[in-house]
Amino acid sequence: MTEVVLGEKKVPHRAAPAAVRVAGGTVRDDLRAVRVVWKRELIRFGRNRMRIVTSLVQPILFLFVLGTGLSAMLSRGVPVAGHVNFRTFIFPGVVAMTILFTSIFSAVSIVWDREFGFLREMLVAPVRRGALVAGKCAGGATVATIQATIMLALAGLVGIPYNPVLLLSLFGMMLLAAFAITAFGTALASRMAQVESFQVVMQFVVLPLFFLSGALFALRNLPGWLTVLTKLDPMTYVVDPMRRTVFEYVPAPPAVRHVFDVPVSWGSWVVPIGLELALVAVFGIAMLAVAISNFAKTD
Amino acid sequence: MGELGTDGAPVDAAAIGAVAAPSGPNGSATIEVVDLAKSFGDLQAVRGVSFSVAAGETFGFLGPNGAGKSTTISMLCTLLRPSSGVARVAGHDVATHQGEVRKHIGLVFQDTTLDDYLTAEENLRFHAELYGIPHEQAAPRLRAVMEMVGLWERRGGLVRTFSGGMKRRLEIARGLLHSPRVLFLDEPTVGLDPQTRSHIWGYINELRRREAITMFLTTHYMDEAEHCDRIAIIDEGRIVVIDTPEALKASVGRDRVRLRTADDEGAIAALRDRFGLEASMSEGEVTFYVAAGEQFVPRLFAELGVAISSVSIARPTLDDVFMTYTGRTIRDAEASASERNAASVWMRAARR
Repeated sequence: MTEVVLGEKKVPHRAAPAAVRVAGGTVRDDLRAVRVVWKRELIRFGRNRMRIVTSLVQPILFLFVLGTGLSAMLSRGVPVAGHVNFRTFIFPGVVAMTILFTSIFSAVSIVWDREFGFLREMLVAPVRRGALVAGKCAGGATVATIQATIMLALAGLVGIPYNPVLLLSLFGMMLLAAFAITAFGTALASRMAQVESFQVVMQFVVLPLFFLSGALFALRNLPGWLTVLTKLDPMTYVVDPMRRTVFEYVPAPPAVRHVFDVPVSWGSWVVPIGLELALVAVFGIAMLAVAISNFAKTD
Repeated sequence: MGELGTDGAPVDAAAIGAVAAPSGPNGSATIEVVDLAKSFGDLQAVRGVSFSVAAGETFGFLGPNGAGKSTTISMLCTLLRPSSGVARVAGHDVATHQGEVRKHIGLVFQDTTLDDYLTAEENLRFHAELYGIPHEQAAPRLRAVMEMVGLWERRGGLVRTFSGGMKRRLEIARGLLHSPRVLFLDEPTVGLDPQTRSHIWGYINELRRREAITMFLTTHYMDEAEHCDRIAIIDEGRIVVIDTPEALKASVGRDRVRLRTADDEGAIAALRDRFGLEASMSEGEVTFYVAAGEQFVPRLFAELGVAISSVSIARPTLDDVFMTYTGRTIRDAEASASERNAASVWMRAARR
């Protein structure tokens, strides 16, 4: 401690830096920790412009290349009303995809933090592990929501009106989904020791979650095994509320609705949007708890 | 510097543990370790070590790679849970009061733990926030520690543009930012060139002068261990001996003689039979210890009976201390340690 007076032999050349007080253990300290971990994610995101651009390439390809191509192929069987077509249908799915990929990528960056040592800087700090995980999830969710909002700005190109209520509703759902998926990714990352595991996660977790979510096709008239899998996919309950909300605001004749506006049902019971969002929230909280408990362990 | 207790050691009331200090009436143990052990499955990385470090003391753990140094430091830093035994740091048990321990320790690890994509200042700000340093204190303290390591001018630079030595200095600054009572330095100069190593030691020594901080460091460089007030030599998870560098060297008492000969086996046999000296092969040379080496050499040439191509005599160094207490050089010990695959211990510790 610097304030302690030492013997003559230790008289410093210059004044020693004043000692500082370390707070610790209070809720306010934990909130400060959450905030700074969150802020670090944003600084890193803002510094990596290439990442922002490259992560938009994939959803844009899906939306405008795949969407336009399939739209042209389907145009004989599917009625088209103005700009409302297959692209409109997959738009919520593509926004959800943006959230899924960005959130998982942010969360899994913990594995890089582990590899490059920064995780240890965080783990030896006198703050609750829960605060670190919460900050990481908040950061990942914010970044994913920013990316998805950029996609949302393209809504007009696929026949979706810029209605403030619609946009706000979608924004809220995006935020919820981004939080839940980042928490899920953090829980995965808490058990991953190597950077190489990232590819495994992409192939065995992220892509199946995406393809089973109904982002690209309606979850109807599917074989039994596929129906079961799609209903078990948490992403299903991210895509569906967004799509149903979109179609509430899209002027489309019943024939178009009949094809595109197909809500998720359990048996013959149509799952209410509120319940779907609640499921996503519960999933997110459960994953957050798993992540926190995994990071709280010491060998 | 060996007896801190007698020359006015800093007394920090809060740091005085329940256990009496080992180093004198005024001393106070900042680190107390009793029978600390850690196993990973069948592998016993640390096999029951006991020692204590007085407030203001610089204490070194010296041993080959894989001897259990990093595992011990990880336990003291609350990153690993001891399998058995007790360790108290700054008056708090590392197993049961992790939060209290973490508040009072600063860490400089052997591999960098900085965020490459943040600037030097941002890395330190992150640390200040994480440690809850009050805002009005954070800015001047941040400047003070950065000036101390000579990086204040470079505060806006991204860390990934920094050299290895600059990163290590920044880590030292960060480790000190929250005014820890104990600074842990795990191999603070590993992987750095000799010039940068000596700079780092310059900073560490200045730090000892300016902040009455307790330092616990590990090293496998013998010359660096001499910077410590006291040294524990650790080998295969056990402490072999603890003392001041001077006392350790004095305890060897003899000079080290190394020979290159035409017939090493014959030379060893001749040394045993004619002089009663135990010699061994070490790093390709016949090595033995004898009092007053210079006076012994003429006799050696006259009576050995084996052709000698070169002789070197050295005053005892910590290398010799290690050799005396463990029967092998630190390099030989590292070779056998890698066979035990103890590197995986550190890997596991590092992953957490």
